[in-house]
Amino acid sequence: MKHTIREIFHSPKFLVGFSIFMFILLVVIFYPLFVTAEPLEIIGKGTFFEPGIYVNVYDGVNSKQYTLNLDDAAEKRIASKLGDQERLDMQEWLLSFGIPEEEIDIYDTEKLIELWENNYDRSIRFPGMTSARQKYFGRLNTSLAGLLSTEGIVLAAENQETGELESTGIIEQTNYLNVGQVANVRVLPLGTDNFGRDMLTELVSATGTSLKIGFIAGSIATMIGLTLGLLAGYIGGWVDDIIMFFTNLFTVIPSIVLLILISYSIGQEQRGAVTVAVVIGFTSWVWTTRAVRAQVISLRHRDHVNLSKLSGHSVGHIIVHDILPYIASYVVMAFILQISSGILAEAGLSILGLGPKTTDVPTLGLMMNWAMIYSAHIMGKWWAYFPVIVVIALVSFSMNLMNTGLDQVFNPALRE
Amino acid sequence: MPNKQEPLLKAVGLTKEFGFGRQKTLAVAGVDIELKEGEVITIVGESGSGKTTFAKMILGLIAPTGGEIYFQGQLRDISTYKKKLEYWKNIQAIFQDPYSAYNIFHKIDSVLMDCIRMRGGGNLPHKEKVKMMTEACSFVNLKFEELTNKYPFELSGGQMQRLMIARIFLLDPKILIADEITSMIDACSRATILDMLMELRDKIGMTVIFITHDVGLAYYVSDKVYIMEKGLFVESGTPDEVILHPKEPYTKRLISDVPKIYEEWDLSTV
Ligand SMILES: Nc1ncnc2c1ncn2[C@@H]1O[C@H](COP(=O)(O)OP(=O)(O)OP(=O)(O)O)[C@@H](O)[C@H]1O
Ligand SMILES: [Mg+2]
Repeated sequence: MKHTIREIFHSPKFLVGFSIFMFILLVVIFYPLFVTAEPLEIIGKGTFFEPGIYVNVYDGVNSKQYTLNLDDAAEKRIASKLGDQERLDMQEWLLSFGIPEEEIDIYDTEKLIELWENNYDRSIRFPGMTSARQKYFGRLNTSLAGLLSTEGIVLAAENQETGELESTGIIEQTNYLNVGQVANVRVLPLGTDNFGRDMLTELVSATGTSLKIGFIAGSIATMIGLTLGLLAGYIGGWVDDIIMFFTNLFTVIPSIVLLILISYSIGQEQRGAVTVAVVIGFTSWVWTTRAVRAQVISLRHRDHVNLSKLSGHSVGHIIVHDILPYIASYVVMAFILQISSGILAEAGLSILGLGPKTTDVPTLGLMMNWAMIYSAHIMGKWWAYFPVIVVIALVSFSMNLMNTGLDQVFNPALRE
Repeated sequence: MPNKQEPLLKAVGLTKEFGFGRQKTLAVAGVDIELKEGEVITIVGESGSGKTTFAKMILGLIAPTGGEIYFQGQLRDISTYKKKLEYWKNIQAIFQDPYSAYNIFHKIDSVLMDCIRMRGGGNLPHKEKVKMMTEACSFVNLKFEELTNKYPFELSGGQMQRLMIARIFLLDPKILIADEITSMIDACSRATILDMLMELRDKIGMTVIFITHDVGLAYYVSDKVYIMEKGLFVESGTPDEVILHPKEPYTKRLISDVPKIYEEWDLSTV
């Protein structure tokens, strides 16, 4: 036994899979200890905020200012406002306005802005231009204002007594603040989702729920599969016939069809994560049953079983002592596979909109579902779906890797 | 051996067919056998002739597809667990392959402990049990103290078969079926093991069914020899009749397959 365990941990495939899985598990366990926020709390007003560090502007203005004279500051400022896309857009507008193409050099920033400032008129709407496009040019215009100036921004506040605006300070272009000194900074490593929820917190919580679903579904499927497989294989006869009848029935009906039908008939409101897990478990025991039955059939005529019979052991004792230990490795492997396929099944169901109800807890499948409904993939909001896919892939990959590792350790031993 | 004695075990028309349809194999094709108390009989046959299948039917480990088995004059009834248990107190076996006959997850003591429990000694004080196990082990030249906490597969093939004999020592059955118990053992241990088994037989007066393809062994130990070919007993009788004066060509072939032994005992009978 000890020897086998040592051998398992010497299998590189198992180790890699195990490490990935443990890493995911540890993150799921420890992340909530550090970030205590509700995973489904809506913090962002708006959809799909990009990943990044969000610094509170109000606090920023009021925090200590430092002067740093950096050469490339102006250049960077312009570049960030005026990317290639913006330049092309400006060119487009100017061309439509009637400026000859030769006169527009989109890489000469100064000239381009000058040309723009001389000609741009917010009220003009060219034929075929949508109003959204018109507004976009309006915004572009605003952001360009003062791009070339070297003046600072004047801060003003209303005087309580006179009601007049009074200057309270100037923010120079060379002013800097230290992020560490700003009272409110929120890091959103994966941005926010369509509802304005912190993606990372949500993703960690979803991973936990999905693992739980996989575990419950896998346990149920393995328990049913093991019990039926043992009974069918060891007792045989009509017991075997009946069990195999149902197993075959479930084999010819794809379990995903059953899953969809059952989930649909349960109804959205009744479908908690656990319910979904149970449904998945009850529809995916088939191949465990088959595998266990086949193993047991090959074992039940072995001489060690015969010897156990001759030593006066009951059927129950023989199944527990002379059959189970011999198939334990297979059962463990089947269990691992069932967990990972349970997670995938939940994801599949949720993408179809038949997953757990959406108000309770996030799951990996639900997150995919939300991202899809809000067309994150079309709008290029990669952070709303890509990390989810990566987690699903990693979980599934690590489990399959562990399984392959186990297979390599166990199989030669069983064949010896 | 008194002849009028009622047979301890009797099989009539015993048949076993494996599989269905095309894949059907007739492993045992209707054999009769009678076994008197205290007798040693030998079943000799080449590989695949159905010896093990026959033995397992007699043991009640596989159900015959035809024929009857009588035990102590009555039709054998092993329909319930209790009846089986009762039957197996009387009839035991040692199997062909010691390497597959033990549960690899169980230690040696538990193998022997099972026997004590089966003989109704489950409630004996531990000391008593250890004494019994020690005695059984020393009968087959094994040291029980060295074996506790060991697994059967940590022993050699010969030691494992000796442990099997120790098991029989504790179980004290009426009938023992020894199915080619030395076929997986090196030649040296072979004689020791057979000696031990015969000594045990003399000690507890067992009836023994030897199964072998070793004609020499059959000649030495048995009161009666059955020659098995393709699921049938083609010839039977005393060793002198069957082995020294074989009638069937199959028997003659079996004998000529082991010329060395033939010569050996041919000389010894002079
Ligand atoms: N469980 C089974 N299912 C199908 N066929 C079987 C089974 N067990 C044995 N047989 C077949 O029955 C025949 C007799 O087998 P058996 O094991 O009784 O031979 P044997 O005389 O003991 O041979 P050996 O000397 O090799 O042990 C063989 O042809 C074998 O293939
Ligand atoms: Mg055999």
